[in-house]
Amino acid sequence: MPDASLRELDSFVIESMSRIESLATLEDVREVEASLTGRRSPLATWQRSLGALEPEERRDAGARLQEARRTLEEAITRRAATLRELERQARLDRDALTLGDVVVDQVLWPLGVGRAGLVARTQRELEDVFVAMGFQVADGPEVESDWYNFEALNMPPAHPARGMWDTFYVDLGEPETVVLRTHTSPTQIHLMEAAVSNASLPIHSVMPGRCYRRDTPDARHLATFHQIEGLVVDRAISFADLAGTIETFTRAYFGPDIASRLRPAYFPFTEPSAEFEITCTICRGEGCRTCSGTGWIELGGCGMLDPAVLEAVGIDGDEWSGFAFGFGIDRCAQMRHQIADMRALIDNDVRFLRQV
Amino acid sequence: MKIARSWLETFVDLPESNDVLREVLDDLGLVVEGVEVVGEGLGDVLVARVESISAIPGADRIRLVSARAGGDPLDIVCGAMNFAVGDLVPLAPVGAVLPGGFEIARRTMRGVVSNGMLCSGRELGLGDDHSGLLILDPSLEPGELLTNALGISPDVIFDISIEGNRPDAWCVAGVARDVATRLNRPWRDVSLAMSASATSTASVANAGIDDVDLCGRLTVSYLRGVRVGPSPSWVARRVESAGMRSINNVVDASNFVMLELGQPTHPYDASRVAQRTLRARRAREGETLETLDGVVRTLARAGRGLGDTGEDCVIVDGDDRVLGLAGIMGGASSEIDASTTEVLLEAAYFDPMAIARSSKRHGLRSEASARFERGVDPELALRAAARFVDVLRASVPDLEWLAEPLDVRGLTPTPATVVLRPGDVARLLGADLGNAEVTRLLEGLGFQVRPISEGLEVVAPSTRPDVRTGARGRADVIEEIARLHGYRQLPRRTPTWPQPGGLTSRQRERRVLRDAVVDLGILEVWTPTLGSDEDFDLLRRDSPRVRVTNPLAADESVLRATMVTGILTTWAKNVERGLGDVALGEFGVVFRHPDDHGTLARATRGGEGGSVALRLPFENERLTVVLGRHGDDATRALRLWSTLGARLNVADVVLNTQATLPPGWHPTRSATIEDATTRAVLGYVGETDPDLVDHVLGGNVERRVAMLDLDLDVLLDPTRATRRSEFTTIPSRYPSAMMDLALVTPNTLSAHELATVLRAASPLVEDVRLFDVYRGQNLASGTRSLAFAIRFSADDRTLSEEEVTQARQALLASAATRGAVLR
Repeated sequence: MPDASLRELDSFVIESMSRIESLATLEDVREVEASLTGRRSPLATWQRSLGALEPEERRDAGARLQEARRTLEEAITRRAATLRELERQARLDRDALTLGDVVVDQVLWPLGVGRAGLVARTQRELEDVFVAMGFQVADGPEVESDWYNFEALNMPPAHPARGMWDTFYVDLGEPETVVLRTHTSPTQIHLMEAAVSNASLPIHSVMPGRCYRRDTPDARHLATFHQIEGLVVDRAISFADLAGTIETFTRAYFGPDIASRLRPAYFPFTEPSAEFEITCTICRGEGCRTCSGTGWIELGGCGMLDPAVLEAVGIDGDEWSGFAFGFGIDRCAQMRHQIADMRALIDNDVRFLRQV
Repeated sequence: MKIARSWLETFVDLPESNDVLREVLDDLGLVVEGVEVVGEGLGDVLVARVESISAIPGADRIRLVSARAGGDPLDIVCGAMNFAVGDLVPLAPVGAVLPGGFEIARRTMRGVVSNGMLCSGRELGLGDDHSGLLILDPSLEPGELLTNALGISPDVIFDISIEGNRPDAWCVAGVARDVATRLNRPWRDVSLAMSASATSTASVANAGIDDVDLCGRLTVSYLRGVRVGPSPSWVARRVESAGMRSINNVVDASNFVMLELGQPTHPYDASRVAQRTLRARRAREGETLETLDGVVRTLARAGRGLGDTGEDCVIVDGDDRVLGLAGIMGGASSEIDASTTEVLLEAAYFDPMAIARSSKRHGLRSEASARFERGVDPELALRAAARFVDVLRASVPDLEWLAEPLDVRGLTPTPATVVLRPGDVARLLGADLGNAEVTRLLEGLGFQVRPISEGLEVVAPSTRPDVRTGARGRADVIEEIARLHGYRQLPRRTPTWPQPGGLTSRQRERRVLRDAVVDLGILEVWTPTLGSDEDFDLLRRDSPRVRVTNPLAADESVLRATMVTGILTTWAKNVERGLGDVALGEFGVVFRHPDDHGTLARATRGGEGGSVALRLPFENERLTVVLGRHGDDATRALRLWSTLGARLNVADVVLNTQATLPPGWHPTRSATIEDATTRAVLGYVGETDPDLVDHVLGGNVERRVAMLDLDLDVLLDPTRATRRSEFTTIPSRYPSAMMDLALVTPNTLSAHELATVLRAASPLVEDVRLFDVYRGQNLASGTRSLAFAIRFSADDRTLSEEEVTQARQALLASAATRGAVLR
């Protein structure tokens, strides 16, 4: 390409650049884009004339053309983005509303029937029963260290019982030291630690909350679920008190014809430990498919606080004793509302949300 | 674990009713998860010899078999391929009823008549094998009843779930011990072999422990004259009744003993063990082993788990070659096979924690490792070897067990000694069972009980490594007493205490808020805590995120930093269903990375012993509402806020429209809600950024979506969200004077602020309420007219006209100081 043509190309690029910068609308950008880089543009004409050149010249000129094209295309893209942002800003400004000037009393609010979530509602009903029985309610965090979720609960590192819970680990600290709590029991440890440092024993509390287990969701389980646990630390608390508390709760919440019974089980944090079963709420104890013909369904676990747990939080086991229990809030909701598939709870289909 | 009633019965006389037995087991904490009846309905099945096999024209999956069971040969069409002429197989003739009620009829297939059925193990309920016919022992007599030939009588298999603290119950003998004690019946021991050999084991074999902390005991028996072959049917059937496969007489004997007594053993082909030596030691870094499952494993490599140093215990031979991962799985090189004639039998005790760590790290769980990691009885090894020999002698009667098996000791736990003080049992259980009953129950389980001056001294048997010492041990022992006595026999008492139950003010206010939200027609949703990176990037691109290291799915790996994305997404799904005309809200926690700018990380402790200071994510409880109904816009969101704020009695707030809101909010139709006194940010109110609406609905939609996002940590904290006084005032009995004021006000002064100014201008002001905003050409640019309805009153008199006029002047003067003038 002769020098004259190259100069021509340079000035074409300079002119075009200032033209692009002055474009005012996205529509203009689209038009100009065609005239600057399209098939009828000077760039295209020059491109076609390359064929007449010597190979070496052609390579040089081709490279120059490529560079010019890229420069222009980038400028167009940049300008388009700027204009888009300006247009968005203009649109937002046209749309602006000063909330401080709204005459709130005159805004109409459509009437409608809302619903609390089934889990939230069930949780409240359970809390109410326990509050009436003299319990307080405690909340706690969902991300916990392994100390609170496991070790203070008598599960040192590599304890096989840790395998009873499929745990989600959080990417903080040393590997596998931070977890999404697998149960609400860490809140028990927080409560006991606080009661020791404030010298505020006894404790009579329930702790409802969200927990996580690395379990593939199915009709009966979700990886995210809710539990309510209870903790009593007081003087002269025995297994008889535990059994009586479970029984009182069962009749108060499920009804006078539903009873409870305990059978031996193992949990690292309680000793003696028990599973508690209640009269099948479907068949009222007659025996049906839900209870496998036994008339009983398993609800949760409980037991007397293991001396190792009391030691971990610094409570004198000769003066104080206590029990703990826990069960699923979602499971109570499932029983109460006959939820055929738990996944409906997180699907949030408004036809489901509106039902009860 | 699956336990056959017939096996349990060898140890203890059982209640006749299986239902009663099930109740007893359940009540002992040996929870029965299933009951299966086997060997029933086999009364019609005969032993038959295959006489000939011929093809059926046009069929390649079935063949015509001629089988003779005593009388004339029968033609039977059969789909199995695993047998040959001369084999003995089970035959169900026409009219037979198989387990499960399946009746055999004469059938015609491909034009050929079939006069019965040849059966697989599974069809007869004799095992899980359904790959072909059950091939019978060739020594049986054709025509004999199968039940007679195999010595089968109906049996019941109990599938029992064994709790993690009951290593002693993970075998037939242990379950039987519980049952015997509960029923107060005698427990019978098994028969054990004696060695009659003149050769001592030490003269041909060697054993050693290099690392006594990992291997607490290593016993090695030497067996000569072994002939590997099928097990006698009673051995095979018992092994299979537990759900294991029968392999050969040696492997079966090993599994039999493990199932019966709880001691895993490992037989090695002695000819493949250098210098017939077994030693237990720590694996060295870089050592490898091909385990029986065909996987080559690198040993002694530190694992991910807390405190996992990568320690593995291995068994090596005389050349220091690794033979197996101790207590977990053997290696391929020293496996028993058909040519084996001499066996080294290892029966050992390994440290439970070491086995647990290795097993977890290698992802390798075996029946043996599961038992070792819970704690095998360290005194059981030689009894188990004797039982192994006894069982193997059923198929190899002339088996030689060399005298004085090798027995090397490392460190084993000392059985705990616990002192039960008078009243200990009553204190924990709420019932005094009496020393006699306590002693009877504990002795039934093998505890030694001795009265001493402080109470009862209880020594745990070696079968119970789970029993601890001191206060912990007392709880363990009392649990055993309660369990065997029966939880249901213990008293119940509902405790009372003087402290009242109740909710915290925050919990009460959360309920008020939820009730208000529901009353306003909002549906509560539950959206995922764990989302994808894309979801996170949508609104928090530049923020550090809290990540789960082992998510169930890649798009469930990041903890949410806002509920806006989740609720909008769930709303969009309902829009897709044609159900988008709704208001949705969620109460929940969002998470901020401890390193996120301006975050107060939660300080706590973790690591081994809780000794490490940790900074955990800041957890923020919020209420987020998305208003997606037709006609919803920022003014609706504001109305929602004013109603909720009023329900909580929140005092003056400022709507700060100048504040920078988080991404996702409409930049010119949203505001932060700030406490007028503390300036704490209570939340955000306004509309969704139209670009975000387009994104979640997947297209260019002209639809306003309004949002309210409240920070409950602030809102429910009266020290940050100031409340109105709880004290009441009685409204004046005298009539109020009312008047409207229209003030032309600079746009920079909000109506809210001006109302505050007016309210403060005169003590006679009872109320100031905005009722109109007018913008028009006839007003100066940068201003608009705000019309307020004003009430004046005094507690002790009717206001005179003059007083009202003066008050009006005061209001106008105050307004003027802020640039607002009467229109």
